[in-house]
Amino acid sequence: MKITIEIKRFNPEKEKKSYYQKYKVDADPNDRLLDILMVIKRRIDPSLSFRKSCGHGVCGSDAMVINGKEGLACKTLVKKVADKEGAYIRIEPLRTLPVQRDLMVDQKKFFKNYRKVKPFFINEKEVSEKERMQSPQERKKIDQATKCILCVSCYSACPVIQKENPMYIGPASIVQAARFIDDSRDNGFDQRLPELDSPDGVWSCKNYFFCTQVCPRDIQVTKIINMTKKKIKDFNN
Amino acid sequence: MIHEYEAVIIGSGGAGLYAALEASKKAKTAVLSKLYPIRSHTGAAQGGISAALGNVEEDKPEWHAFDTVKGGDYLVDQNAANILAETSVQAVYDLENRGLPFNRTPEGLIDQRRFGGHTRNFGQAPVRRACYAADRTGHMILQTLYQQCIKNNVSFFDEFHIVDVILDQKKCGGIIALELATGDIHIFKSKAVLFATGGFGRMFSITSNAYANTGDGPALLLRKGVPLEDLEFFQFHPTGIYGMGILITEGVRGEGGILRNQDGERFMEQYAPKLLDLAPRDMIARAIMNQISKGKGIKGDQSIYDYVHLDATHLGAEVIEEKLPEISDFSKTYLGIDPAKKPIPVQPTAHYAMGGIPTDENGRVAADGKGSFYEGLYAAGECACVSVHGANRLGTNSLVDLIVFGKRAGVEMAKFVHGSHFLRFPKHPPKSGKALIEKLKENRNGPQPEKIRSQLQKYMTEKVGVYRGEEDMQKALTVINHLREEYKKVSLQDTNKPFNTHLLELLELGNLLDLAYATAFCALDRKETRGAHARNDYPERDDKNWLKHTLAWLKDDRVSVSAKPVDIVKWKPKPRKY
Repeated sequence: MKITIEIKRFNPEKEKKSYYQKYKVDADPNDRLLDILMVIKRRIDPSLSFRKSCGHGVCGSDAMVINGKEGLACKTLVKKVADKEGAYIRIEPLRTLPVQRDLMVDQKKFFKNYRKVKPFFINEKEVSEKERMQSPQERKKIDQATKCILCVSCYSACPVIQKENPMYIGPASIVQAARFIDDSRDNGFDQRLPELDSPDGVWSCKNYFFCTQVCPRDIQVTKIINMTKKKIKDFNN
Repeated sequence: MIHEYEAVIIGSGGAGLYAALEASKKAKTAVLSKLYPIRSHTGAAQGGISAALGNVEEDKPEWHAFDTVKGGDYLVDQNAANILAETSVQAVYDLENRGLPFNRTPEGLIDQRRFGGHTRNFGQAPVRRACYAADRTGHMILQTLYQQCIKNNVSFFDEFHIVDVILDQKKCGGIIALELATGDIHIFKSKAVLFATGGFGRMFSITSNAYANTGDGPALLLRKGVPLEDLEFFQFHPTGIYGMGILITEGVRGEGGILRNQDGERFMEQYAPKLLDLAPRDMIARAIMNQISKGKGIKGDQSIYDYVHLDATHLGAEVIEEKLPEISDFSKTYLGIDPAKKPIPVQPTAHYAMGGIPTDENGRVAADGKGSFYEGLYAAGECACVSVHGANRLGTNSLVDLIVFGKRAGVEMAKFVHGSHFLRFPKHPPKSGKALIEKLKENRNGPQPEKIRSQLQKYMTEKVGVYRGEEDMQKALTVINHLREEYKKVSLQDTNKPFNTHLLELLELGNLLDLAYATAFCALDRKETRGAHARNDYPERDDKNWLKHTLAWLKDDRVSVSAKPVDIVKWKPKPRKY
C-alpha cells in the first residue's frame, strides 16, 4: 500500500529551524518501520539521518517518536501505525535530549544519569564457591529489570523530565539501579542510595506511567520505581 | 586530532570489552566503536554460553573440546579448542561473579541446557552444557561487561569508525578513525591495537546480523596486506524467521523443539538419527534445503515451498515464558504467532563467519602460514580466526570464544605494551582511508550504491549460500568484481560533515564488497565439502588434499590463496556422523 511518512528534520549546521518533510512510499503492512526508513535513506534521500543496528528490537539504537509515542522503529510494524492506503505516519526524534541531526539525539545526558546510580555489581566479598548461589525465585525478582536495553524511550516520554525537572535521573537509571538492589548477590544499596534518595532521584517520579507504556521491552518501569521508593522508605525508617 | 594510548581496541562487543577490562588494568587504553558500546551485536546472542560445569549432569572440558573439533569437521586447531573448553569453566564463573544473572537450578547453581553438537562422552548423547540467561544470554554478557568497564573507568570513543591502520612492515603503530559527530579524522598512536569488529553477515540478503556487521576490521586489514583465514566457511543458522532472517535460537531445540516439513514429519530422523534436531547447524541447514528441494518445504508468499516449521507447541507456555521469552516476543511481534500455540516458519539465515583475521591463542595476528606474527597487532571475537570453529561453529561457542580469547588478547596486550615503545611516528601517516573518503566526495553522478548492495547480497545468498557449485560461484565472482568496479565510481550524495551516516554506509559497503570477493574466491578454490562449505560438485570431505586452512591475500586488487597447517594434536579426523 502507499503511505506517507512525515519526518521531522533538522540539520543544525545548515538550518535555523526544524521542519517536516513528507515521503510517499510503498509499504507492506508487515514491514518494519525501520525497513521503510532504510528505503527512504537508500533510495530516495541519503541525507536522512537516524541510528540503527540489530533490526529486531534488542540493541536499542532506533528509538524515536512514532505518531506521538516513543518506540523502536525496528519493532514497530507498519500495520500497527498505518491501517489503510494513504495513511500517515509522523516520525520525530526523541524528546528531552538535544537533536544532533534529524532523528539522532545526543544521549550524553542520559548515559551520565545512568552512570550516577553505579550500574554495576557491587559485592567485594571473595567468592568461596565457584558461583554465588542464587535461588530461581531470587533470580526471578530481577528478571524484568535485566531486560532493559537503554534505548532512551522512557527518558524521552517522561513528563517530569519534559516539563517539571530536567535534572531527574530518569526511569531507566532507576530500573538499572533496581536491577542490582534487588539482586540477592549485590550489597551496594547504601552506595546507590544518595543518588536515588534525592529530589532528582526516585522522588521526582509522579507516577505518570508513560515510561511503562512506551517501554519496548515491556518492563513495568513505574512499578519498579515505586518498589524502589518503598525500599528506600523502609530503610530510612 | 592526534591521541596517544598504549592500547587501542576497535569494537565494543564481548571480545572488545573483555580485552579492555584486562588491558586497562595495566595500560592506558581506549575503546573505539562505531556504535554506542551497548548496541553491539553480542547483545543479540540468545541461547547460551557453553562450559563443562557439570551442574546438572556429568560433563568434562575434554568432551567439550572434542565436540568443538568434530563440530568443526576437524579443521579446528586442537590446542586452541582445548584452551577454549578448559578456560570456559572459569570464564563463566568470572561472569557470574561479576553479576551476570544466569538462570538457576533449584539448588541455586547456574542452570544448563542442551545445544546442538554438544554431547557426553564423545558423541553418545546430548549433554546439558549451555549456561544461559533466558534467551538473552548475549545481552546479559554485553551488559555485564559494559557495567564492569564503567566501574573500572575504561575510556570510550563512541561512534568512531575505523578507516585506516598504521603498519610499518610487520609493526602496528596505531589507527585512524572517522568521528561520526564531526566528520573529522582522528589519529590514535598506539603500541598495541586489537581488532574486535565482529562479523560480516550483511554481505547476504537473508541474515541474522545487524546492519553494523560489515567486517570493517578484516576488510581493512585485507587491503593492508594482512591475510584472512578460512573465509569460505560461513555459517547459515538453520532457524531464521522466514523472510526476515531474525535469529530463532537453537535453545528452542535445546529445550525440545522439533523441525517439521509440510507433512509434519520430523525430518532430522533421516539426517542425524542420534542427535536429531540437536545435530550441528551446518547439517541441519543442509537438511532443510534438502527438504525444500524435494518439495517437502512449506509454501511461502511467492507460492514456492521455501520454509519449514520449528515446532515448540508441545513445550508448554510456561517453559517458553521462563526459558525462551525473547523468541516468543519476536514471533508475536514479527509473525503474529504465539510459539506455544503454533509452529514458527523458519529458513536458514546467514549467521556467522568462522573465518577472519588469523591469530594465535593470545590474539596475535599471524603474518603468514609459517609462524610469523605482526607486532602490536591483535584480533579477537568473530572478526578473528583462532581457529576454534574450524569449518563449522557449534552453538554457544561464539560467546565462549569472545570471553576466553577476548580476555587472553587483553592480557597479552597489557604485557606487550609494558616492554615496548611507541613506533616512531611516520612523517606522513597512511592516506588510503582518507583518500577513499576524498574519492567518494570527488566522484560525480556515480551509480546507485543501493543497487550495488542489493546485487551483492542477492548473488552471495543465491550463489555462495548453503550449497555451492563451480558455475554459480564463477558467476558470483564475475558479478562481485563488476560491483567492485562500480563502487569506485560511487559518489557521496550527502556532503554534510557532522553525523554523515550516508558516508558511513558507503564505507561499510566497500568493506563488504572486498570481503565478499575474497569469500567467494576461497569458496570456489576449496574443492571439497567440509562443515559449512558444501559443494554440489565435490560432495565429500577430502582430507588428503584439503585438511588445511586457507589464507586469502589481496594484492593489486586481486585475491590469491595459500595454505596454513591445521593443528591436530589429539583427535585424528574421522567420518562425521551424528
